[in-house]
Amino acid sequence: MLKNNSRSIKNIKPRRCGHHEDTLFWWFFFAKTGQNKEANSIMHISEGVLSPVVLIGGAVAAAAGVAAGLKNLEQNDIPTLGILSAAFFVATLIHVPVGPVSAHLVLNGMVGLILGWKAFPVILIGTALQALLFQYGGITTLGVNTFNMAFPAVICYFLFGWGITPNSRRTVVIITAFCSGFFAVMITGLLVGLSLYLTGEAFLPAAKLIVVAHFPVMLIEGILVVACVLFLKKLRPELLESAYAKR
Amino acid sequence: MFEEPSHKESILLHLDPRIKRVVVFSFSIVVAILNRIPVLLCALIFALLFVLTAKVSIKELIKRLTPVNMLVGFLWLFLPFTFPGKPLFYLGSLSVTYEGVLYATKISIKSNAIMLMMIVLVATTSIFTLGHSMHALRIPQKIVHLFFFTYRYIHVMKREYVRLVNSMKIRGFKAKTNLHTYKTFAYMIGMILVRSFDRAQRVHNAMLCRGFKGNLYSLKTFSIKKRDMVSLVLVIVIIIVLGVLEWKKTI
Repeated sequence: MLKNNSRSIKNIKPRRCGHHEDTLFWWFFFAKTGQNKEANSIMHISEGVLSPVVLIGGAVAAAAGVAAGLKNLEQNDIPTLGILSAAFFVATLIHVPVGPVSAHLVLNGMVGLILGWKAFPVILIGTALQALLFQYGGITTLGVNTFNMAFPAVICYFLFGWGITPNSRRTVVIITAFCSGFFAVMITGLLVGLSLYLTGEAFLPAAKLIVVAHFPVMLIEGILVVACVLFLKKLRPELLESAYAKR
Repeated sequence: MFEEPSHKESILLHLDPRIKRVVVFSFSIVVAILNRIPVLLCALIFALLFVLTAKVSIKELIKRLTPVNMLVGFLWLFLPFTFPGKPLFYLGSLSVTYEGVLYATKISIKSNAIMLMMIVLVATTSIFTLGHSMHALRIPQKIVHLFFFTYRYIHVMKREYVRLVNSMKIRGFKAKTNLHTYKTFAYMIGMILVRSFDRAQRVHNAMLCRGFKGNLYSLKTFSIKKRDMVSLVLVIVIIIVLGVLEWKKTI
């Protein structure tokens, strides 16, 4: 009988059952921290790195996005949205093997497809909780990190959201779902790189490497979003009616 | 996995959470702006003093500082080489610049100082109390409620996730780099979403039955006592001193 305490949870993490051992090169990007946690923390810029101007810019942009997301949010919908965002939070903690290492999912494309503008408040809460629980990111970088994740989600919703309805053709669904998963991560990577670059020119090589290192994650996210959307289309098409995004 | 650090008996544990939040927030902002190493070291020492007062265990501290220092370590691989300035020494054909090393040091101190303060905050306040203090600080109600619901259901969703992973393992699933693995994970995420959606409907209906009108009421009331005011003033003074030291370039 498996008990639900933290020790047994640790033992059944998916990455522990794979055969992927780290090579030295990847070590630096997805460095192992202790036994059970492996952080793709380049998605979350930590405290003290960015310049004040970038931090303020990110905070203002994120605040505008959150305001837009909250505008159409009924007080009554909050329990539902909270539970959905908890599900997304847990889903982003899943480790997926990428060749020799494993990476965290970002899933902001998926969040965007289902929630539209409401991705902003949901991702804000997600980043805040990640800062509080795991110390990824932080207080001053909350704005930048939220914007970096949520803005691509909203872009993908507007660019590709039309293709993902219960009635659309299978090929259309596959293409648009793949694009939203792929481009959401790509734009996030670009924004992370851009925020570093705007802080100082010296960050340019690091920023470039971050974008390049995201490439496998982009492909995997694309595939995952396609499979996930097709699954939802079969099982629970009403989730794809973007009821939450439009309301 | 979502455990908060143990809340040990200390002076900080009994301070008003609103005060703690304001203090940590203003400290983080000031330190993020600071730019001179001596001042930054002062801030780091100040944060360390707080950690000592909060009695955070070393193990906990190291565990929580690792994610920050991973990004910092990543930047250390680049900044000393790419920052323009006069060369300190050469590594093969690459020159390590004095300014680059200085800049990377600054970033390391900054990140760690801010993170230490954050750890103190988490180690002395429960996350639910933080949520209530957000409410008291006039953060929009919708955000506070969303925060509460998300935090409340993370644990539930985690249990669902663990159940799904268990059943996958029973059926002999092994994570590898292939399409089958990604498909399986995608279906699992889809299943988590479906379950959360169903649960959300049930919870919402149950709440409606109990007269939910969109408001959450807190039984906790905060009161500012003398020791809260004293500590607030003390910390604000220290933060201002840090700012003045930076501005006047005294050290």
